[in-house]
Amino acid sequence: MPVSTWNPRFEGMPAAELDRLQYRLAKTLAYRLYAFSPLYHARMREADVHPDDIRSLEDVRKLPFMYKRDLRDTYPTGLFTVPREELVRYHVSSGTTGKPTVVGYTEKDIELWTESLARAFTSIGLGRGDVIQVSYGYGLFTGGLGAHYGAERIGATVLPTSVGNTERQVELMQDLGATAIACTPSYLLHIGEVAERMGINLGRDTALRTGILGAEPWSEQMRRHIQERLGIRAYDIYGTSELSGPMFTECAEQRGIHIWRDLAYIEVIDPESGESLGPGERGELVITMLQKEALPMCRYRIGDVTSIIDEDCACGRAHPRIERITGRVDDMLIIRGINVFPSQIEHALLEVPEVGEHFQIVVDRKGALDEMLVRVEVRKEAFSDKIADLMQIQRGVAHKLRNSLNVAVDVELVEPGSLPRFEGKAKRVIDRRVL
Amino acid sequence: MAANEYIIRQISVFSENRPGRLAAIAHALEEERVNIFAFSIAEASGFGVVRALVDHPARAHERLTKDGFNVAFTDVIAVRMRDEPGGLYEVARLLGEAGINIEYSYAYSGPDGAVLILRVDRPEAAIAAITAAGKELIPSSAFA
Repeated sequence: MPVSTWNPRFEGMPAAELDRLQYRLAKTLAYRLYAFSPLYHARMREADVHPDDIRSLEDVRKLPFMYKRDLRDTYPTGLFTVPREELVRYHVSSGTTGKPTVVGYTEKDIELWTESLARAFTSIGLGRGDVIQVSYGYGLFTGGLGAHYGAERIGATVLPTSVGNTERQVELMQDLGATAIACTPSYLLHIGEVAERMGINLGRDTALRTGILGAEPWSEQMRRHIQERLGIRAYDIYGTSELSGPMFTECAEQRGIHIWRDLAYIEVIDPESGESLGPGERGELVITMLQKEALPMCRYRIGDVTSIIDEDCACGRAHPRIERITGRVDDMLIIRGINVFPSQIEHALLEVPEVGEHFQIVVDRKGALDEMLVRVEVRKEAFSDKIADLMQIQRGVAHKLRNSLNVAVDVELVEPGSLPRFEGKAKRVIDRRVL
Repeated sequence: MAANEYIIRQISVFSENRPGRLAAIAHALEEERVNIFAFSIAEASGFGVVRALVDHPARAHERLTKDGFNVAFTDVIAVRMRDEPGGLYEVARLLGEAGINIEYSYAYSGPDGAVLILRVDRPEAAIAAITAAGKELIPSSAFA
């Protein structure tokens, strides 16, 4: 086991033992839902599956899915499986569409959430002696309080700045010697810019060396940018209120987010067919929270796109990792029966230096065939007077996209600055198919 | 005269293949009072490259870049030809015999005769061969 281990018993548990533990916990969860969740009980009956049918870990896949809409349909607390007096806390996530969703916690739920983050923070080298500035929002959002409890648990000193008043954040960071900060990656970059205007270089003039960054999608390129610009190590953190909140991070290796197997059972499925996908295959993450009491989540279709890394991690933990979240299932396109995520295109384009990061996808149907066109901007530096060079760029992009999407793509080179820019949610797909 | 005095800066502009793009380029040049001596459009699928010899290349480059175009300078040479049958053959043959490859070319014919604009793989060798054959090259100073 690595030196920085919070809970050697679970973090160091051999895979076979974890299999048995997960099986036992999953079966208990199935009974719990069958007995206490009217919605899930009905769904199990409909799927003709009974908790007794769970005879191995793989049998978890016989259980029906839960969806985000289940939380909305049973608003506010219809999915809870404990009486209200057992609850010690609520959090509420602002629904971008329709009703908000309410999540609730028993004392044990808070305990395991805190435990999960204590392991995670320890795995990236934090502990007693660290000052962790929590710049996630405190309140109904899970980020602030979640990170706060986790940081206190490992013996670190918490600086609960929450979001906003950035100059004060910089001053306190400097005066109180914050060594780590938990916030969104874009907010950290903003803090860095504000600090620069104040004449403070975060890398040189503060004790900051670790960022725990999440709650919004970000890329490997952004990580490199943050690490170089701010002189810190930046780690990805993952979780949603349905899981409890921010729950899991990368370890010191920075090669995927470890999901503690005693707390969660993960699958990646094809979002269309619901079929399981193998390690390395990209699809929708499905999470079963094995020990949650107040709001059990079983085979929850979380809507995030990732893949499972099943190789042994250099850190020695036999807990699987997921790749950085690369998008939402809602953004998925089906081209000639193949699932295509705009995020895959974004990633592929980042590897082609001759074109910019902006793109537009146009999907059309010619006869019975779907045709996908990707428009990209040629970078100024890559512009050549020679048609042959430009056509080579065009072919290079098409080749790269074909390899990463497994579907043939037409590529159109457009003038720099001509594609629409977006603030907030990008609308990059024009689907002209009449189905 | 040194060879590089005959190397002329052509402006090359990346353009999408859709209505109005050439007009946008031409309008910008008009506003800058830049005169076009000669130009050509090379087209591929969905895009093209507009190449032009102008009287003020630097000003044209600056303005088109400001307008968001992808603009590059490209070195070309310009040879005066006899404006009668065989004029082009004469120049093309001497380059061919010197082993110089023409990457692309376009021409204009004005009151002072015909001019062939050439993008070649080895401009210095081309200039030497053309000069040795007694043909007249147009110096870059003509396009300042």
